[in-house]
Amino acid sequence: MLKLEHVDKAYADHHALNDINLDFKEHETTVLLGPSGAGKSTLLRSLNLLEEPEKGIYKIGDHTIDFSKDISNKEKLQIRQLTGMVFQSWNLFPHLTILQNITEGPIHVLKQDKIAAQKDAMHLLELVGLVETKDRFPNQLSGGQQQRISICRALAMKPEYMLFDEPTSALDPEIEAQVLRVLLKLAKEKQSMIVVTHNLEFARRVADKIVFLENGQIEFEGTKDEFFNHPTERIQAFLTGMKL
Amino acid sequence: MWETIVKSTPEIVGAGIKYSIPLALISFVIAMVIAVATALARTTEPKGSGVAKSCFKVLRWIISFYIWLFRSTPLLVQLFIVFFGLPSVGIQLDAFTAGIITFSLNTGAYCSESVRGAIISIPKSQWEAAYAIGMSYPQVLFRIIFPQAMRVAIPPLSNSFIGLVKDTSLASSITILEMFTVSQQIAAKNYEPMLMYCMVAVYYAVFCSILSIGQYYLEKYTSRYIVNGG
Ligand SMILES: Nc1ncnc2c1ncn2[C@@H]1O[C@H](COP(=O)(O)OP(=O)(O)O)[C@@H](O)[C@H]1O
Ligand SMILES: [Mg+2]
Repeated sequence: MLKLEHVDKAYADHHALNDINLDFKEHETTVLLGPSGAGKSTLLRSLNLLEEPEKGIYKIGDHTIDFSKDISNKEKLQIRQLTGMVFQSWNLFPHLTILQNITEGPIHVLKQDKIAAQKDAMHLLELVGLVETKDRFPNQLSGGQQQRISICRALAMKPEYMLFDEPTSALDPEIEAQVLRVLLKLAKEKQSMIVVTHNLEFARRVADKIVFLENGQIEFEGTKDEFFNHPTERIQAFLTGMKL
Repeated sequence: MWETIVKSTPEIVGAGIKYSIPLALISFVIAMVIAVATALARTTEPKGSGVAKSCFKVLRWIISFYIWLFRSTPLLVQLFIVFFGLPSVGIQLDAFTAGIITFSLNTGAYCSESVRGAIISIPKSQWEAAYAIGMSYPQVLFRIIFPQAMRVAIPPLSNSFIGLVKDTSLASSITILEMFTVSQQIAAKNYEPMLMYCMVAVYYAVFCSILSIGQYYLEKYTSRYIVNGG
């Protein structure tokens, strides 16, 4: 269970999140849509505590955080382990091999046994079809391959929720499919996911729920049927803009 | 000529092993500790209460002042102040200690800039990716940032180290019996200044060349993940 209540986040000159109330159910895929600058990344990064909103309540697992109070370092690290982040530009660790990239967290954060961590990592590499790259360094891989590895890196921590921030926006359309295939697999396995994307086709196929964000506010929250078949005027404008 | 060379070599090299190399090594280790600590203080954003932030601000100001001070005054003058000047305010140091303190602070000031440059050359996204998998600040620093920053820092740090080795010859002016002092003393006795000073120059060059070779392998090792193709 992941829940936000009355969350507010402002940057120096800009109100990025405005009274956000959201529920993300387990084993569901929530797709977060909205125009550029709507606050989608800020929302996702707040769940991973890379950003800290000024106000609001955040509940995940057994944790309840009040953003208006100081969060202890220990709790911060624990919550980060519950949320696996996949960045738009993947951000693999260039000085570590592919296998080390995936086992870094399990071994040094979760203190797992090295052999067991490597075994798990090999299973993940199988899942994304990149077993043969295990001893290479990230810059020997293509963007689409690196993004699939970064998904493995996040999955290796066994997070409760996977967070994807436009995971395919930096990729060519033909490579995008390789990454989306992994997301589809995860959705089918009922991994809890929150996905920011501009790929409407993907939203149509896997979204259990769609959240539409605009100017830091939730404009819509509901099923994909409602979203695509009975859009409000603003959503209609957004959808039309996307197709152009 | 060969006889003179063979006769004076043990003395000069002995002085190198006894004073020049320890001076350079110990000073460089201390300088690196100073450099990393000050570079971190200057690249980390403090969090927490207003008081802590103000203290941090003062600390940064002190660090900037220290770096400015040691980079804008001559090393020889610094040595004289520490060894000949401080006794007049009641701080009496033996020559070797005075040398270590001055060389460490001087080299630390230069290396601080190199280390800071290397740390800020690593993109913020690397910090974020490491934090995102639940790493603590020390883990991010030692496992993700430093290994990458090393690659950037090694060339300028090697320069500083090699510079330091040569600068230890300035310790002759504060009565330390290092290589250059000893060669001066021998030259005064055998009236062969040309030969003695060329000899000591060669020994410095040998030490520095060994360091350059070390630098080459370190650079190779820390760049092993920069591979083309694939
Ligand atoms: N670090 C930051 N400092 C200042 N403003 C920011 C920062 N990050 C994002 N913003 C602003 O906050 C708003 C929301 O940004 P973001 O969450 O990145 O939107 P989205 O991901 O939906 O495109 C934008 O107007 C953006 O310019
Ligand atoms: Mg964004």
